[in-house]
Amino acid sequence: MSNMDTRYLFKRYNTWWVKLAVPKDLKEKLGYDLRKSLKTHDLKTAQDLRWEVVDQLRNKIDRAKGLEEEQKIIPNVEEFVPPTDTSNPQYYHKVVDCQHACPAHTPVPEYIRQIAQGNYNEAYMLNWESNVFPGILGRTCDRPCEPACRRTRTHEKAVAICRLKRVTYDYKDDIASLIPQVEASNGKKVALIGGGPASLTVARDLVMMGYECTLFERDGKAGGLMRTNIPSFRLPEEVLDEEVNQVLNLGIKTIFNSEITSMTNLLEENFDAIFVGTGAPKGRDIKIDGRQEAEKNIHIGIDWLTSIAFEHTKSIGKKVIVLGGGNTAMDCCRTSIRLGAEQVKVTVRSPFDQMKASEWEIEDAMGEGIPIHDNHVPKKFIIRDHKLVGMEFEKVEAVFDENGKRSLVPTGEDPVIFECDDVLVAIGQDNAFEWIERDCGIEFGEWDMPIVDKVTFQSTNPKVFFGGDAAWGPENIIWAAAHGHQAAISIDKFCQNEDLYERPEPSTTLVSQKMGVHEWSYDNDISQARRFLVPHADQKESLKDLKMEVELGFDEKMALEEAQRCLNCDIQTVFSEDLCIECDACVDICPTDCINFIQNDAEENLRNSLRIPAINLNQEILVSEELEQTSRVMVKDEDVCLHCGLCAERCPTGAWDMQNFLYQEAKVYS
Amino acid sequence: MTYIVKPKNHHPLLERNELGLTRRDYEGAVSTLCAGCGHDSISSAIVEACFQLSIESYKVAKLSGIGCSSKAPAYFLNQSHGFNSVHGRMPSVATGAAMANHELLYLGVSGDGDSASIGIGQFIHCARRQVNMTYIVENNGTYGLTKGQFSATNDLESKSKYGDDNLFPSIDLPSMAIQLGASFVARGFSGDKDQLVPLLKAAIAHKGFSFLDIISPCVTFNNHNTSTKSYDYIREHNDSLAKPDFVPLGKEITANYEEGSSIEVPLHDGSLLSLEKLSEDYDPQDKISAIKSIQESQRDNKVTTGLLYVNPDAKDLKEILNVSDTPLNAMGSKDLCPGSEELSKINLSLK
Repeated sequence: MSNMDTRYLFKRYNTWWVKLAVPKDLKEKLGYDLRKSLKTHDLKTAQDLRWEVVDQLRNKIDRAKGLEEEQKIIPNVEEFVPPTDTSNPQYYHKVVDCQHACPAHTPVPEYIRQIAQGNYNEAYMLNWESNVFPGILGRTCDRPCEPACRRTRTHEKAVAICRLKRVTYDYKDDIASLIPQVEASNGKKVALIGGGPASLTVARDLVMMGYECTLFERDGKAGGLMRTNIPSFRLPEEVLDEEVNQVLNLGIKTIFNSEITSMTNLLEENFDAIFVGTGAPKGRDIKIDGRQEAEKNIHIGIDWLTSIAFEHTKSIGKKVIVLGGGNTAMDCCRTSIRLGAEQVKVTVRSPFDQMKASEWEIEDAMGEGIPIHDNHVPKKFIIRDHKLVGMEFEKVEAVFDENGKRSLVPTGEDPVIFECDDVLVAIGQDNAFEWIERDCGIEFGEWDMPIVDKVTFQSTNPKVFFGGDAAWGPENIIWAAAHGHQAAISIDKFCQNEDLYERPEPSTTLVSQKMGVHEWSYDNDISQARRFLVPHADQKESLKDLKMEVELGFDEKMALEEAQRCLNCDIQTVFSEDLCIECDACVDICPTDCINFIQNDAEENLRNSLRIPAINLNQEILVSEELEQTSRVMVKDEDVCLHCGLCAERCPTGAWDMQNFLYQEAKVYS
Repeated sequence: MTYIVKPKNHHPLLERNELGLTRRDYEGAVSTLCAGCGHDSISSAIVEACFQLSIESYKVAKLSGIGCSSKAPAYFLNQSHGFNSVHGRMPSVATGAAMANHELLYLGVSGDGDSASIGIGQFIHCARRQVNMTYIVENNGTYGLTKGQFSATNDLESKSKYGDDNLFPSIDLPSMAIQLGASFVARGFSGDKDQLVPLLKAAIAHKGFSFLDIISPCVTFNNHNTSTKSYDYIREHNDSLAKPDFVPLGKEITANYEEGSSIEVPLHDGSLLSLEKLSEDYDPQDKISAIKSIQESQRDNKVTTGLLYVNPDAKDLKEILNVSDTPLNAMGSKDLCPGSEELSKINLSLK
C-alpha cells in the first residue's frame, strides 16, 4: 500500500505536484489550494520530496493566518494577488469569451475548427449536444456570443459565429447514426407542457436517460414560438421540422392540439415530474382612443404571426403601421410587405439607438425599404366612417435623470398623423398562467409569475419545474435550451431522490497542441480578413414570397474563410513557472503586449503597472507563482491575447504551452 | 525560429511617440535565432529605446559583422539602412560611413567573436578614434553559430556545455574601451530591460564612441549551470552600480531619489542621464574608479553592470579631424573635386 501513498500528491503534465487545501477563510488570500511542482515523474522520488514542500506550504498558510511573528516583516498577503487557480474550470472557460457568453456554453471555437476542416457532421453534433437546434439557431439566434467575441476587441468585427452554426446544418450529411442511443426505460414519467425549445430540450435530455416523456402542445405541431412567431423567410419550415422531429423521434410521446387547462388535474395524473415550457404567449395590447372601434384592423403581433404560420391569414391592408421596436415588430413589418402591403412603417416610442430589436434584424428590415420612425408615442387611432384610417403620434425625446432613469418627454411639436389600413401591435409579451390553480402548491410572486429557483428551475411544488420564457419572462431560444438542460438535470435528481443543489461538474480536458518545434495542431496564423457578409436572395423575388428564405447562408469557401477568422481562444496559454528562466522571449514576441514579468502587488496596482495597463476589468489576469530567479511574477492580461502561440514558440524551455481546453457543460446524460 | 509572421495587430491602447508611431513600427523581421536567445531581448530593447526617443528610422544605419549577434539587425528597425560586413570588419565600415555622412545615427551590432577575436584590432581603433556611433557587443561568451566553442570573453572558471575547461583568461571589453578613450562605456544584461533601455537611450544620445557590452545568454550553448553567462548566474552575481534613468531634452525629471544618492550627467544634446547610486564611491566620470570597480567585482566573482564611464565633453572623430559640417555625401562633385587649378594652388602653397 505504501507504494501507492499519494497523500498531498497529484499528477499533472506527467509530473508529480504537492497540493495542499487552503482553509476556507483564507481562500480569498491564497486561492483554492497551494501547489508546487516536484519536477519529477517518479512517484517514489515524489514521495521522498513531498514532506519538505508540504511543510513549506503549511508555513505559508500559517503566515497567512498570522500565526507567525514574521508576519510583521512580510508584507500582508492581502497586498498580493495569489497565483491564479487554473484548475478551476471557470478560469479558462472565461477566456473563451463566446462560449462563456453562450447561455448553453456551446464550444464555439471547437466547432469552428471542425468547419474549417470540413467536418460538418462533427461540428453539427457539437452544437446539437449543447443547443439542440443548430439549424434553427444558426438562422435565428440572438447571438450573445458575437458581442463577446475577442475580435471585437482586437479587430473590430466579431466572427460570424451564428452563421457558421448554420453552415454545420447546411453541409452536414445524414447524422442519424451519430445521435446517441436512447437508454432503456427507467419507468419514470415526465410531462412537458408546451412544445417549444425549452420543453424539447428537457425531453431530449431525459429521454436519453430512459425517461418516458409526454409532450402536450396546444397547436397541431411542436416548435412553439420557433414555428409560430418566426416567419418562414427567416426560418424555413423544413429546417424547423427536421430539428424538432429529430428530438421527437427519439421516442417522445406527443399529444397535439390539446391545451392543458388545469394544473391540478395534471398533477393528479401519474407523472413523476412536470415541466412547464409554455413560453410567454400573450401579446401585450395597447389601450388608447379608438382601439375598440378599430378592432377589426388591429392585430396583436404574435397572434397575427401565428395565424400566418398556420395559413389562417393570407392578406393585409395596403398601408400598415407596426407599433414596437423589438424583433417581433421587425418580423411583422417584413411579413406585411410579403403579404402585399405597399406602405409599411414601424413606429417606436424610444430613440432609434435604444430599440430592443437585434441590430441585424433592424438592418434587414430597413434593407427592405421599411422606414422606422423613432420617438413616436401612439396617441389614438383615427376612425372615419367606422373604419380605421390612420394613427396619431406625439413626438418625444428621451431625457435621463441623474440616476440614469429614462423618461420620454414630449417635444411640443405638432402631432404626427400616419395613414393606415391595419395596425400590428408588437409592444411586448406576457406570460399566461390562468390554467395554473393558485392552490396547487405553486406559489406566485411579483408580476404574477411563479416563484422558480434560479439554480434548479423547481417551483415551490417540488414536482413542477419551469423553464424558457415561462420561468422569468421573454428571452430567446438559446436561453430556453440552456434552461432545458438544467431543468432536465434537476428533474433527474428529483426522480432519483438526490440533492438538486449538487449540480454536476462540467467535463473539461486540457491537451497540449504541440506537434513540433513550431508546429501546432491548430492553425495559429491570424487571419486579417474582414467579416464576410452572408449573401441574400434577390430582393425583388424574396419580397413577393413569404416562404423564400432571405439569407442564403455561406458557401463552403466563405465558410472556410470566415472560420479562419476565429482566434481559437480555447487554445489556452498555459504557463508553468517552474520551467521559466525569465529570458523575456515571450514578452518580446507577444504582438499585443499581454505578458509581463513584474513584482507582485495588490490587484489594482498590478493591473495598472503592466506594460499596457489591464483596464478591462471584465477580463482576468493570469498570475503565476513567484519566479525562482528574480522573485517576480508573470502576469498575463487575457484581454486582447490573440492565442497565436508565439509565446510558446519562442519559449526555450516549454514554460508556455498552447493547450486545447474543451469545456462541456454537464448534461443529465453525460 | 517561427513559421508564422508576427501578427500586425497590436494592443488598442499601445502608446504612440512624438512621431505618432508605435513601438511596433520599429520592429524588424521575426527572429530566426534560437528561442530564448538574449540577442532577441536586446533587439527588443533597441526597438523600445528608438521608439521612446522618437527616432526616425530612415536616419539610422545598422552595421554588423558575422555571427548570431550580427544577424540581429534584421530583427529591428526594418526601415533603416543596413550593412552586413565581413567578419570583424564592421568598425571600418562604420568609420567610413560616419566620415561620409555624419548625419546618420550609427548602430554597430557585434558579438564577442566578431569584436573580441577576429575583429579586435578593428574594435580598438574604432574606440581610439572616437567614431560617433553606438557600438553594441552582444556578449554570450560562446561561438553559438559553430556549436558552442569558447570565445575570448568566456571566463576562465567557466566550463563548456560538454564539461570542457576553459584554458585562457577572458578579455574584458569595457575595461579596454575605457583605456582606449571611449567616452561612453556601459555594461548591460539582456534579461534586465529596466536597466538596458535607459542605457541604450543615453548611449544613442551621447556624442562620440558609445560602447555597450551586453551580456546575452546563449540558451543553446551557454546557459548551463557551469556557465558564467547564464540567466541565473548573471542574476545572482549582478553588481549594479546605479539605476539609470534617461531624461530627454525638455522633459521633466520624474525619478525621485533620496538626497545625495543620485548623480546627474548632462549630455551634449541637453538631455540628462540621471543615476541612482547603488554603490557609495561610484563616480561615472572618473576613469580610474571605473576601472577599479570593474576589477574589484571581477575579483569578487561579480559582474558589474550599469553605466561604467562617461565623458560628455569628449570630442568625436569629426571634431578631432575638423571635418566640414556638410556631410561629404551631400557635397557636389565640384566641392569634392575642385579641379586641377585648385590642386596646383595647393601644391604651390606647399612649395
